[in-house]
Amino acid sequence: MKQLSTKVTSNAHGQDSSYFLGWEEYEKNPYDEIKNPNGIIQMGLAENQLCFDLIETWLAKNPDAAGLKKDGQSIFKELALFQDYHGLPEFKKALAEFMEEIRGNRVTFDPRKIVLAAGSTSANETLMFCLAEPGEAFLLPTPYYPGFDRDLKWRTGAEIVPIHCSSSNGFQITESALQQAYQQAQKLDLNVKGILVTNPSNPLGTMLTRRELNLLVDFITSKNIHLISDEIYSGTVFGFEQFVSVMDVLKDKKLENTEVSKRVHVVYSLSKDLGLPGFRVGAIYSNDEMVVSAATKMSSFGLVSSQTQYLLSALLSDKKFTGTYLNENKKRLKIRQRQLVSGLEAAGVTCLKSNAGLFCWVDMRHLLDTNTFEAELELWKKIVYEVKLNISPGSSCHCTEPGWFRVCFANMSEETLDLAMKRLKEYVESTDSNRLISKSSHERIKSLRKRTVSNWVFRVSWTDRVPDER
Amino acid sequence: KSQQNNNNYNLLNPFEETRGAKMVALTAEKQDHNLLSRMAAGDGHGENSAYFDGWKAYEENPFHPIDRPDGVIQMGLAENQLCGDLMRKWVLEHPEASICTAEGVNQFSDIAIFQDYHGLPEFRQAVAKFMEKTRNNKVKFDPDRIVMSGGATGAHETVAFCLANPGDGFLVPTPYYPGFDRDLRWRTGVNLVPVTCHSSNGFKITVEALDAAYENARVPVKGLLITNPSNPLGTTLDRDCLKSLVKFTNDKGIHLIADEIYAATTFGESEFISVAEVIEEIPDCNRDLIHIVYSLSKDMGLPGLRIGIIYSYNNRVVQIARKMSSFGLVSSQTQHLIAKMLSDKDFVDEFIRKSKLRLAERHAELTTGLDGLGIGWLKAGAGLFIWMDLRNLLKTATFDSEMELWRVIVHKVKLNVSPGGSCHCHEPGWFRVCFANMDHQTMETALERIRVFTSQIEEESLKLTKQMAKKKKCWQSSLRLSFKDTRRFEEGFFSPHSPVPPSPLVRAQI
Repeated sequence: MKQLSTKVTSNAHGQDSSYFLGWEEYEKNPYDEIKNPNGIIQMGLAENQLCFDLIETWLAKNPDAAGLKKDGQSIFKELALFQDYHGLPEFKKALAEFMEEIRGNRVTFDPRKIVLAAGSTSANETLMFCLAEPGEAFLLPTPYYPGFDRDLKWRTGAEIVPIHCSSSNGFQITESALQQAYQQAQKLDLNVKGILVTNPSNPLGTMLTRRELNLLVDFITSKNIHLISDEIYSGTVFGFEQFVSVMDVLKDKKLENTEVSKRVHVVYSLSKDLGLPGFRVGAIYSNDEMVVSAATKMSSFGLVSSQTQYLLSALLSDKKFTGTYLNENKKRLKIRQRQLVSGLEAAGVTCLKSNAGLFCWVDMRHLLDTNTFEAELELWKKIVYEVKLNISPGSSCHCTEPGWFRVCFANMSEETLDLAMKRLKEYVESTDSNRLISKSSHERIKSLRKRTVSNWVFRVSWTDRVPDER
Repeated sequence: KSQQNNNNYNLLNPFEETRGAKMVALTAEKQDHNLLSRMAAGDGHGENSAYFDGWKAYEENPFHPIDRPDGVIQMGLAENQLCGDLMRKWVLEHPEASICTAEGVNQFSDIAIFQDYHGLPEFRQAVAKFMEKTRNNKVKFDPDRIVMSGGATGAHETVAFCLANPGDGFLVPTPYYPGFDRDLRWRTGVNLVPVTCHSSNGFKITVEALDAAYENARVPVKGLLITNPSNPLGTTLDRDCLKSLVKFTNDKGIHLIADEIYAATTFGESEFISVAEVIEEIPDCNRDLIHIVYSLSKDMGLPGLRIGIIYSYNNRVVQIARKMSSFGLVSSQTQHLIAKMLSDKDFVDEFIRKSKLRLAERHAELTTGLDGLGIGWLKAGAGLFIWMDLRNLLKTATFDSEMELWRVIVHKVKLNVSPGGSCHCHEPGWFRVCFANMDHQTMETALERIRVFTSQIEEESLKLTKQMAKKKKCWQSSLRLSFKDTRRFEEGFFSPHSPVPPSPLVRAQI
């Protein structure tokens, strides 16, 4: 179809990957406690559904904000006309303060350096347009959020070069991995413009250590490149350790207001911390005036609805609410994560020790027939179709080692999570006993699976019933 | 720095460095060692154009009837502010349309987590119905073809990404909405190829002009973008013209993108015919080439809510545009509100009816005022603006003169209007003047200022006449220029105006 652009005819949107195909299966047979108790339980959706009651209570107590009123008077007309790409000043101020609160008020965010975007999806793409020419590259530690392939590369023409991280050290970023990635880019004749990290990490659920952050800042300083820190999960830290932002590190290294600080950009969103992905609230924070200026103009392509800005500026300006919310959110996330971890343990499955995020990075390597990605996909298919759990295979996150899966826990009730863990336990136990039965029958099944898997893996689906998520 | 030479270029290359952009890029180099993309460091956003002076003048000194009675009146903003009261009333009477009120909060969590790029089904259905209503129910719209975007701004960019590769071009009839330069070109690398339209036939798009632009284009042409009703003209395309545009694009195998953002702003006897209606009358039309861009920003006066729509008859485009809509989805909170609002048939009917009446009224106020002052305007029956003819106030028929006149209007008369050059008009002397974003008193004030301005011109020219008569110079020649216009008046394109000689006020500004 030469009538359409190559962006349309290629598959660079990345939505034919297994990660998204799992969605399809879920959509066809979604679990419902009453209507469809044997359906597939959605554990591939990194959503925070644990604290809506807190927001709903706040709404009941704040009729003005809820009713788009100011001092009892409807300001709907004014909001309906407000399309200034600088955003509602009260909202940016409240957002800046919220970001500060999440970081223990150790660092300050200037509202004038915030650029609003339609979700972090748009924020990340906009930053790419501002920082990279088509064909230039950003280094990303693996495993990473599958959506980055679309958000960072699709329409921008930018490239991603992976920084390989391994389970041998808990998937932490090492200096040698960084150097290797940089050299690999050069071998591929790609000009490296920067590094993008997600901190806390998706899909790992861990926070970058100070050592890693220092390493990154030193690296971008020496190479004169950018660092984008996607801190979308910063408010989901539930461990005892504090969240250390790249902004903390800049401050500690006394690099604030230097050339280096102008190359460090933070991406944020209210989709995970507040559980409001439908509202499409994303932000870019940059110390570089030109980036702020260009990104602000680009935000015209995806402004935040004024109705939403108004509501959230009232919500986030209520410090009593934000303080309570952040604490309660942590508590509930911690409890739910614990429930998942123990449930997995009962099934003989371990996961990477995590202290943040809405998911765990689960180690199912011992359940693989062979240490290959084919085996991982086989296992995943079983888990989706037989165990009826939609989880995300590590290969969709570009993990270099097969056998890891991202399993979400914050988007379902305790009872559903319980049921999910029961199903998994049953499956693991039955697999163990099957393994004891016969090796030869196993070989037969394996060769059969190989054939069906290859048909299935390369099936390209044009139906696009995939919600946008992380 | 002025843009008057735009018309000399057959295409507009977004990466062509103007002197301004070079300077910005150099500075960027010094500061950031080329760390930013050319896109970020350059001028592709279009806001360094001299035309932003008008906005700056307004922002520095905005008119307010009490606080700033001498401020600049904003007549450069095409917003429909005439029915905000109806909107407000509906919102207050329907708390269940909000997910935050007691009546609606039971839906809060479901809506707050809803980020499916298909959009809420009830939203798409309500928008489809509304689109049908604004096209007099003469055509059906399929809710499954409705794709969301970040306003029409986002819609245009997405459509460009889908239909063209960097370096390709879209034909665009001039004059056109200045924002297209950014929306269609900036991040996409697509070019715009102007299709020149002339005042001699009321700026109608002719097949000859289309052919000429297509043949002479220096880039591969992928489509034709029309805005119907037109911005900045306010005119609507008649059935025959629309058919010819569909046939032209079909014949060439290129896309037709119809921006119908002003669909419901027709008033008086003006009729809006959508391309959707016309393709039903062309049996062998290749619908894979037909796309509509829409929004609720103008018809409903809701620009702040960022509701943009792409409606394509091409299944593949629908699919991919939908994936791209991830970069600019409509807030689910807004989708929910709009779904409820547009499903209220009685409200929608009443709103459209009243909106048209009020637009007609305000339009009449402005045009009657201008008629009384002998100022011409293009006869049109849609949009939130008029296309004002000030050619006879230009010192010379050049864009430099137009700029001078514009500066006088902005800084002395204190009205921010949009000069035709910013809309890539082929002829200098035309100005877009918005009328739907102000109340009656402000309109009165604006007209009064124009009255004062024109009477000053008359005084000056009377003085000049006396001086020139003394010198026995033949001043009649300049009068003749304006008398030419009466022929066009007879052809029904322009309103009558009395001849006004070139303005000495403008000369005095040098």
